[in-house]
Amino acid sequence: MKVTIDGQSIEVEPGTTILQAARMIGGEVVPPAMCYYSKLKGSGGKCRCCLVEVAKGSEADPRPMPKLMASCVTGCMDGMEVNSKSSPRVQEARKSVTEFLLINHPLDCPVCDQAGECDLQNLSFEHGKSETRFIEEKRTFEPENIGPNIQLHMNRCILCYRCVMVADQLTDDRVHGVMDRGDHSNISTCISKAVDNEFSGNMIDVCPVGALTDKTFRFKSRVWFSKPYNAHRNCPTCSGKTTVWMFGDEIQRVTGRKDEYHEVDEFICNGCRFDHKDIADWTIEGPRAFEKDSVINQNKYNRKLQKVEIATEENILLGREEDRKKISMVEIPLTEEDIINQKSLGNNG
Amino acid sequence: MSQKILLDKINIPGIKTYEVYRQNGGYASVEKALKTLTPDEVVEEVKTSGLRGRGGAGFPAGMKWSFIDKKSGKPRHLVCNADESEPGTFKDRYLMEFIPHLLIEGMITSSYALGANLSYIYIRGEYMWVYKILERAINEAKAAGFLGKNILGSGYDLELYVHCGAGAYICGEETALIESLEGKRGNPRIKPPFPAISGLWANPTVVNNVETIAAVPWIINNTGAEYAKIGIGRSTGTKLISASGHIKNPGVYEIELGLSVYEFMNSDEYLGGMSSDRPLKAFVPGGSSVPVLPAHLIYKTANGEDRLMSYESLSDGGFATGSMLGSGGFIVYNDTSCIVRNTWNFSRFYHHESCGQCSPCREGTGWMEKVLHRIENGHGREEDIDLLLSIQSKIEGNTICPLGDAAAWPVAAAIRHFREEFEYHIRFPEKIKNRDHFVAEPFEKVKHLVSKVIV
Repeated sequence: MKVTIDGQSIEVEPGTTILQAARMIGGEVVPPAMCYYSKLKGSGGKCRCCLVEVAKGSEADPRPMPKLMASCVTGCMDGMEVNSKSSPRVQEARKSVTEFLLINHPLDCPVCDQAGECDLQNLSFEHGKSETRFIEEKRTFEPENIGPNIQLHMNRCILCYRCVMVADQLTDDRVHGVMDRGDHSNISTCISKAVDNEFSGNMIDVCPVGALTDKTFRFKSRVWFSKPYNAHRNCPTCSGKTTVWMFGDEIQRVTGRKDEYHEVDEFICNGCRFDHKDIADWTIEGPRAFEKDSVINQNKYNRKLQKVEIATEENILLGREEDRKKISMVEIPLTEEDIINQKSLGNNG
Repeated sequence: MSQKILLDKINIPGIKTYEVYRQNGGYASVEKALKTLTPDEVVEEVKTSGLRGRGGAGFPAGMKWSFIDKKSGKPRHLVCNADESEPGTFKDRYLMEFIPHLLIEGMITSSYALGANLSYIYIRGEYMWVYKILERAINEAKAAGFLGKNILGSGYDLELYVHCGAGAYICGEETALIESLEGKRGNPRIKPPFPAISGLWANPTVVNNVETIAAVPWIINNTGAEYAKIGIGRSTGTKLISASGHIKNPGVYEIELGLSVYEFMNSDEYLGGMSSDRPLKAFVPGGSSVPVLPAHLIYKTANGEDRLMSYESLSDGGFATGSMLGSGGFIVYNDTSCIVRNTWNFSRFYHHESCGQCSPCREGTGWMEKVLHRIENGHGREEDIDLLLSIQSKIEGNTICPLGDAAAWPVAAAIRHFREEFEYHIRFPEKIKNRDHFVAEPFEKVKHLVSKVIV
């Protein structure tokens, strides 16, 4: 089946969604996705960030679709033509969704552990505005303790349902879920007090925002100050293939290995994630590559840094001749040495 | 006196009980369908009748039935949507409370047409007493051999259950209803797949409104062609209208589609005119989610034609000058009512009832409610009107289910037709602070304060 997205065509298998096809093409055409997670069955369709315009339904039925479609749950048809970034309507819709996601978001990035690897930050960097039209009081929730390993910040949550699906599909018993409805829906444990399943830590990895963070890494460091390495250990419960985030010889936190769409390759167990912070536990494979534009790139040295020279006018720091004269004190004339220095710098005035 | 199809026997004493209902010709359609017609012939009759879904969208019921996937071999289900929660609509309650066997009869005939052996009536949690009435009716029908195994010796089996929801507006959306019926959180599903392919327990399912199903027995007894003769154009048959507001005779009325709005409003057979001598200001023809219309667009369309009670005529002029028949929640306002407060009230409802699954609806409905609340209480800003229009346009069409649209349309329509009233609230907060602003001083009298000065 042939699909065309923003003028780029690709052959895909039947059953592929538009978002998957766009990811095969890669680059600018890939719609942002806050709730879709390719490893979780039934995810997607909720955040509405990935809306695209279907300009031509298929070869058989070339009518355009009247509404914008969520690309993560809309299957490709043969001959389908999709406008993603090239459509003003789509751009407008993404801006709207970004605004909606941000109006009740606390915007506490300076104290949020997710800052630097947050999908919502990336989304608002691309589609957000610097001012807000929302003057009302933000919606807030009472803090809730969901156990010793995972910190829940409900105020930051965008209700992507990913953590609920992880618990459903990865663990034996789901003890948390979405309570209430509307803008007061919240992630909460209902009867059980703590989320303590052996694979529950993956909720942290799938959370696109800082709603679920690692308590063992809480306030330890900004993510861009530590350096990610691929590492593995012989783990009886999971594959043991992880990323360890190191500061010097200290392992600050352990996460799954994430790809360019911030989805983990393999889910890891809580033992690897929370309990093995000693460097002796791990076999370090080597530093991870990371996105060039990412803030994680700061202070990293796994590529040769080039000395940057900024081409400017020579002697620009000396300032203009008349300015220098003005601020010079007449009573104290320039010494012989000063005059020579000035001349040697190219100032003959 | 126009023809009554659904409510013709409503005044017979004891029609609630099986015996009286049966003596008055009840369950004749089941006998006729099961003994003389094939399921496909029943579907054909309904198609011929032109019966359209009475829940709000107005999709032809026969067409919907023919979409059901019969090839897959999976069991099929018919689900009756009795989760009537649209503000201003109370027709299904009336029907189920006073003539429950009509719905049961319709369910049996329709299930037979679809080949469903397991059917459900999903009723909203607030209708607990109606739930009990239906339970009793089902037991009576079962005792009389109209439900269960081998109905009337035809070899057709049907089990019918009533399921009580927990009181959520969103569960009136068909896929959310199915989720709720399966015992899950009532979040709408992402379509496709449509319920006709994969609905209840991933089986092909048809979801129909109470009134749609209740119309089926008459169609089978009198043929679809007869039904198509009633009404006007593509709006065939009769429709129940729940009338409320500032009118003399509020209540549920059965009208032939094509009746003029003027006659419906003013004839003594129906609403009997306004409740007092205060003039008509606005009306909502189809429940809270359809656009409100101002007085000058009620009896006449923008082209000057008479406005009729039909799907087409009420939506004449699109959203600019028209509205929708929706579910038939006919709400009338006189000039003491405040459109801003009414819009805020509707908005508050959608804010409260949004399921919270997709971001535009979850965040947008709350935002609109807060802005409208500010305007209504005299804390509005001049730019809030455009802000509201902007928010509603960002919700509309970008959500999973139609609740987002339903929340967005009334706000847009209120601002479109009554912008000056919003401006009045913003510019003269001291005049509205006592909440009786239009009672002593109808808007017409203060309109000059906000009208543009022409030099």
